[in-house]
Amino acid sequence: MALPLGLDIALQHLVHRRRQTLVSLLGVSLGVAFFIGISAMMQGFQRDFVARIIDVQPHVIIKDEVRDAPRQPVERAYPGGAVSLRGVKPREEIRGIRGARNMLATLEELPGVHVAPALSGNLLLRFGGKDLSVNVTGIDPQRERKVTHIEKDLLSGSLDALYTTSNAIIIGDGVAKKGGIRKDDLISAVSPVGVVLKMKVVGIFSSGITLIDNFDTYVLLKKAQVLQNRTNVVNRINVRLDDVEQAGPLAARIERQFGYRSEPWQEQSRNVLGIFVIQNAIMYSTVSAILIVACFGIFNVISTVVFEKTKDIGILKSMGFRDKDVRRIFVMEGLIVGVIGTLIGWGMGWGLIEFMASLNFQMEGFVKTQGFILYRTPRHYMISAAMAIASATLAAWVPARRASMLNPVDIVRGS
Amino acid sequence: MAAIETRSVTRELAGEVPVTLVRDIDLVIGAGEFVAITGPSGSGKSSLLYLLGLLDQPTSGRVLIQDSETTGLSADQLAAIRLARIGFVFQFHFLLPEFTCMANVEIPIRRLGVLTTGQARDRAAMLLDSLELADHRRKHPDQLSGGQRQRVAIARALANDPPLILADEPTGNLDTRTAHLVFELFRTLARDQGRSVVVVTHDNDLANMADRRIHLVDGLIVD
Repeated sequence: MALPLGLDIALQHLVHRRRQTLVSLLGVSLGVAFFIGISAMMQGFQRDFVARIIDVQPHVIIKDEVRDAPRQPVERAYPGGAVSLRGVKPREEIRGIRGARNMLATLEELPGVHVAPALSGNLLLRFGGKDLSVNVTGIDPQRERKVTHIEKDLLSGSLDALYTTSNAIIIGDGVAKKGGIRKDDLISAVSPVGVVLKMKVVGIFSSGITLIDNFDTYVLLKKAQVLQNRTNVVNRINVRLDDVEQAGPLAARIERQFGYRSEPWQEQSRNVLGIFVIQNAIMYSTVSAILIVACFGIFNVISTVVFEKTKDIGILKSMGFRDKDVRRIFVMEGLIVGVIGTLIGWGMGWGLIEFMASLNFQMEGFVKTQGFILYRTPRHYMISAAMAIASATLAAWVPARRASMLNPVDIVRGS
Repeated sequence: MAAIETRSVTRELAGEVPVTLVRDIDLVIGAGEFVAITGPSGSGKSSLLYLLGLLDQPTSGRVLIQDSETTGLSADQLAAIRLARIGFVFQFHFLLPEFTCMANVEIPIRRLGVLTTGQARDRAAMLLDSLELADHRRKHPDQLSGGQRQRVAIARALANDPPLILADEPTGNLDTRTAHLVFELFRTLARDQGRSVVVVTHDNDLANMADRRIHLVDGLIVD
């Protein structure tokens, strides 16, 4: 009974319009609940994916390419001049990173930077009458284990077996499954330049990223150079950083210094990260749509109340309620629906997350998971509350303003 | 001290054809006076009452409440005067249906915010008791008869102990006997409690119970 008068009146209005109030409450709480549930699911997936990328892939890859074609001497001499060159025939250059040894040494000097050279190319695996086209990466296991996750991803075998066994190869579990290959099997490997080797599978890995598991294989760097007939050539340098955030700046620095194309992990996964942006946009517009519908509900209830309560507004104003006192009553009604709807929505959202967490299924998309990966954070609760309460108040504001502007004389005279 | 004073008050409605509701009203109503405003319908009785009660503002002229100027005050300031010094009773009771009679009477007291919750409750109970509504404190308006409702509305008008009671056809929905009782009540409020009571009515018998009659025709005071 010690409630403030305005709040008391607002509550009475809502309580006496129970069904409409419940419908608006439900609208708000569904909006809030879906926001919490969907954000937990989406962000859970996205964060997991990014974490896996950062974990599995090198943070920066230096490739044996240059971003732009080298400028011709005449263009360099007259940078602003009206120079036109035709029929330029580029020199055939041997592919690969020149001075890789120097680069490795320079980069290794930097604190928190780990580097590993690699030579990647294609390979055709033959086993039991099946041909599998795979990517083969020649690695230096000593250095590689500091740079990528390959060692931890091994389901069987070991990275050092590449040293101890001659012609050893490690394959992804997707490759193994497609080819029906098991550990210790002997397979034929045919390289594009025609080198044929009998190789022994000494390990099978699974990174959880489907594209990698289905197509990647690893051999010793020297062996890869033999397969490709490119002695001492390295066409990739993988870099891993202690501080992931440094990937972008470092890549830019390497590219400036050495001229080779250096891609930070964000650039390597640009496609997927771009999809995330679209995903988030879809999520936010869906949830906004739910909340907009809920707002129409609130607007409707409060408009109805204002219409039905015209007489009450008349007497309140004639007995000395100011315009803002009247407005406050009806804005408060929206606020109450917003706040209570949010609280119910929090409960429902929490329930939704726990329900999704209890589901168990196999999923294979960008990544392999069992069930939903959920990200629980108080931030989602806060954002949804802010959105719901703000929009509920806004929806109430319009009819509340109309109520406050009613002229009491028109009301009391009419009856 | 005059409770209400008007100085050549005119109220016009703007429009393609301007309508004059009341014209050149000069009026002084003293404390403790019971005044009836009569006149045919459309003569501007109610319009004059709304001007006296600061619900409406004159097009020209001045209204003084207890000798203080009200011209040029903001809407909020006028609302504050209404809250503390004027009690309204209308033809329709205008009680809030969601609230009990007690709660209805407490509303102006709570809005004014001078009394504590307990004191407000005591005052509302006292007012209802004095209007012989003691048994109906906890009832909602729709459980009462027309006369009882109007008495609750009067209790509400008295809630903040205003020196001025303005009533617009307060007996319009009541039978003759009840109407008489209500007018007796108004007379008591004026004589015994020193309030100025202004009542608009078209019933001549009732109007004769007042100390003074003001008769309006076409927005002008006739006698």
